[in-house]
Amino acid sequence: MLDQYRESLLIFLGINVVLALSLYLPASAGLLSLGQGGFMAIGAYVSAILTAWVGVPFVVALVGAGLAAGLVGLLTGFPALRIRGIYLIILTMGFGEIVRIFFLNFEPTGGASGFGGLAHLTGLGAVTVVVLLLLVFAVQVRGSRIGRALEAVREDELTAEVMGINLTRVKLSAFGLGAVWAGLGGALYAHHALFIDAGQFGFFRSAEIFLIVLLGGLGSPWGAVVGAAVVTLLPELLRPIQEWRMTFFGSLLVIMMVLRPWGLVGRSRRRMVHG
Amino acid sequence: MLLQQLVNGLMLGSAYALIAIGYTLVFGVLKLVHLAHGEVFMVGAFVGLQIVLWFGVGAGVALLGALVGTALLGMVIELVAFRPLRARGAHFLAPMISTIGVGIVLQEVATKVFGAEQVGFPHRMEAVTFHLGPVTVTSVQLLILGTSVVLMAALHVFVTRTALGMAMRATAESLLTARLLGIKTNGIILLTFAIASGLGGAAGVLIGLSFNAISPFMGIDIGVKGLAIMLVGGLGNIYGAMAGGLILGIIEILSVAYLASSYRDAFAFALMILILLFRPQGLFGSAYHVEG
Repeated sequence: MLDQYRESLLIFLGINVVLALSLYLPASAGLLSLGQGGFMAIGAYVSAILTAWVGVPFVVALVGAGLAAGLVGLLTGFPALRIRGIYLIILTMGFGEIVRIFFLNFEPTGGASGFGGLAHLTGLGAVTVVVLLLLVFAVQVRGSRIGRALEAVREDELTAEVMGINLTRVKLSAFGLGAVWAGLGGALYAHHALFIDAGQFGFFRSAEIFLIVLLGGLGSPWGAVVGAAVVTLLPELLRPIQEWRMTFFGSLLVIMMVLRPWGLVGRSRRRMVHG
Repeated sequence: MLLQQLVNGLMLGSAYALIAIGYTLVFGVLKLVHLAHGEVFMVGAFVGLQIVLWFGVGAGVALLGALVGTALLGMVIELVAFRPLRARGAHFLAPMISTIGVGIVLQEVATKVFGAEQVGFPHRMEAVTFHLGPVTVTSVQLLILGTSVVLMAALHVFVTRTALGMAMRATAESLLTARLLGIKTNGIILLTFAIASGLGGAAGVLIGLSFNAISPFMGIDIGVKGLAIMLVGGLGNIYGAMAGGLILGIIEILSVAYLASSYRDAFAFALMILILLFRPQGLFGSAYHVEG
């Protein structure tokens, strides 16, 4: 049997995989976001309202969280149709900040003092099911017609469009579905952390998700899994050097990027994403 | 009332401009984003504070010390987190990760060395208030405005009148062509990091003086805001960053005065998103850069 610490760690690992896949999907179409924390926040708060106030079953709360985040994702996805690369990264970062500031000031859900007293509904089983579903989906998509369309959009939008790919539909659905998954991740997180406040979903969270995906590599969904494992487990393994573990972790990021700039999984490609 | 708010906005905005210029200088030369720039700003604030505490000097010396200190830090960041990646032909996202790493390190080191609490400059440096007709300004505000104007004017003269500055602009135009023309581009890049980080560090002292709240985490918010300003002004455009900083400062102060103060940062980001929707290249950028 797993002790509580290990089980909790595995749940956090699963949640990080979900969040990483939520960025991997749009990223495979060249849409990088530094604001997944915002979608995560929406999922976390919506699911918290659904379970704590409305009292619906967890599954319903998960669906609600995904739908709410997805809806916002579709709306914010429109700018993504016009801009890309570094512009989109900074724009989504601004979006994430707006969501954080909103929840920080939104009194009905606790404002700055946060939303506590949630039931512990995120078990290892629930996380495993969600992770497996998303992974199977991501792996299946990758080799499919849709997956090739995503890749074509990433490599060259103009050519992709000439080939008959509906740019609007492909980009919006990749971005929107990514938001749905981030919302799911947020709902799972809320019902494991049991207390949420706006600060947990700020720039640092978005940067962490971004980090996981790029560290793992954009080449395959397995990169997201490997990246999540490294980012979740490494700081834990570094507990013996407690005092300086984040310093060590930060230095390791620099070293890894020097040694394997294309990520841990996958091979060197100069144009992974439009540069 | 409105005039007073405009003056306040201008002061805050000129400090923002200094930070945004740092981002835009690095982006202009390397076409890369330096995500540890907010932490450089934070280090600048701490260096300034330590100089004041240790030597009992005034704000001028603290500014100069922070400028030099962070300029050196910026050069180290280029040597550690950018140059090795460039040498291996990494794509534009890799330096974002390595600089996130640098930011994490700087934050933890600052927390360990200076403590996680918010600290401020000593009382004797508190602002003196001047009344100029209907407008009230403090000595700290004047210092912010004066320092920013001097630094920006110096930067303008440097990039337009000196050989090194022109070499920097040539490098920003095209790294390859500049190298073919005999410019030592690695040296120019190092210089760019020194200037960008020095300006960021000076801004750290200025913002630290005006809010009197210095903490290891002060770089996050301001870093995010600086990126937004760079985008509003147009990537790589120094004058765009100056104007963008002023615009954002004024809008922030006006939104505090006339709208809801707790949403002040949200207005800034909403403005950025609106501008991006209608002018993706930023207010002063050319359409050429939009592909990112």
